[in-house]
Amino acid sequence: MEKEHNTHLIPYGTYVLVWISLVSLTVLTVTMAGVDFGRIALFLALLIAAVKSTLVINYFMHIKFDDAIFRVFLFVALATLASIFILTSTDIFFR
Amino acid sequence: MESLDATNITIEQEVKKEAKHISDPHQHKDAIGAKIGMWLFLFTELLLFGGLFLLYMAYRLQYTKDFIIAGQELNLILGTVNTIILLTSSLTMALSIAAIQRGKKSLSIFYLISTIGFALAFLVIKYFEWTAKFHHGIYPNAPELLSKPNGEIIFYAMYYSMTGLHALHVVIGAIILLFMLVFLIRNKITKGDYIKLENSGLYWHLVDLIWIFLFPLFYLIH
Repeated sequence: MEKEHNTHLIPYGTYVLVWISLVSLTVLTVTMAGVDFGRIALFLALLIAAVKSTLVINYFMHIKFDDAIFRVFLFVALATLASIFILTSTDIFFR
Repeated sequence: MESLDATNITIEQEVKKEAKHISDPHQHKDAIGAKIGMWLFLFTELLLFGGLFLLYMAYRLQYTKDFIIAGQELNLILGTVNTIILLTSSLTMALSIAAIQRGKKSLSIFYLISTIGFALAFLVIKYFEWTAKFHHGIYPNAPELLSKPNGEIIFYAMYYSMTGLHALHVVIGAIILLFMLVFLIRNKITKGDYIKLENSGLYWHLVDLIWIFLFPLFYLIH
């Protein structure tokens, strides 16, 4: 049973560090909303959201420490979602 | 002859071992399989919300200015507080699993109760946020909202459907975590078998992940 769980014990401190980074990134993105970045504002906000998601998926959801098959799954799912977004946005832009 | 006897004895031992193996129900649990199933379910959730995000993108490209005007009406402070509450609940969720992995039951229970508490706090704030909007006549089909330009009506339609579906996930997540709390107290979740708690955690983190994208798209527009 122990073996099946593939127990990689992550120290409590690692989780706390991830949480501090997440909260700091939230403060950063809220502060940046007060500054006029013009057209790249949305891009910057989404970039920060993407960094935050990477932290949550890798550490809180353990993807970094799980079997490689989980990363393959996740990649296929995200690639599917991304291709739907890209195809739809080209349709909107070149209509 | 002697070697044959020895083989027989080993076979007998093997058979005994095998029998013991089958009689122990815990040996037949497949933690990896359960986790794969959970991830597959999470991908369907991803596509569910993905469709709404897609709609949001299409409308935002069409009504950029209206979205900016409507987005500034949202309460940035409450949105930020709720973001931090959800992030913290994800931390306590991860810590609850980390504690049971080390066999610390009461610590695990403490963190799990905190997670449920943060979930409720999120919902209470959401409730105040929505009622404040309702008082200003901003709710689906409200005459005051319908007098606004099309883009703003659509912004609020997206706002209510996306944060509403998300809030529903928070409610379901909190109920699941409540069940996990009972399992934890009754020793159904232990150091050796905590896949239920782990999978519930995955669901909870997904709820957090969706909010990470909802927050900048609705509250940080300018």
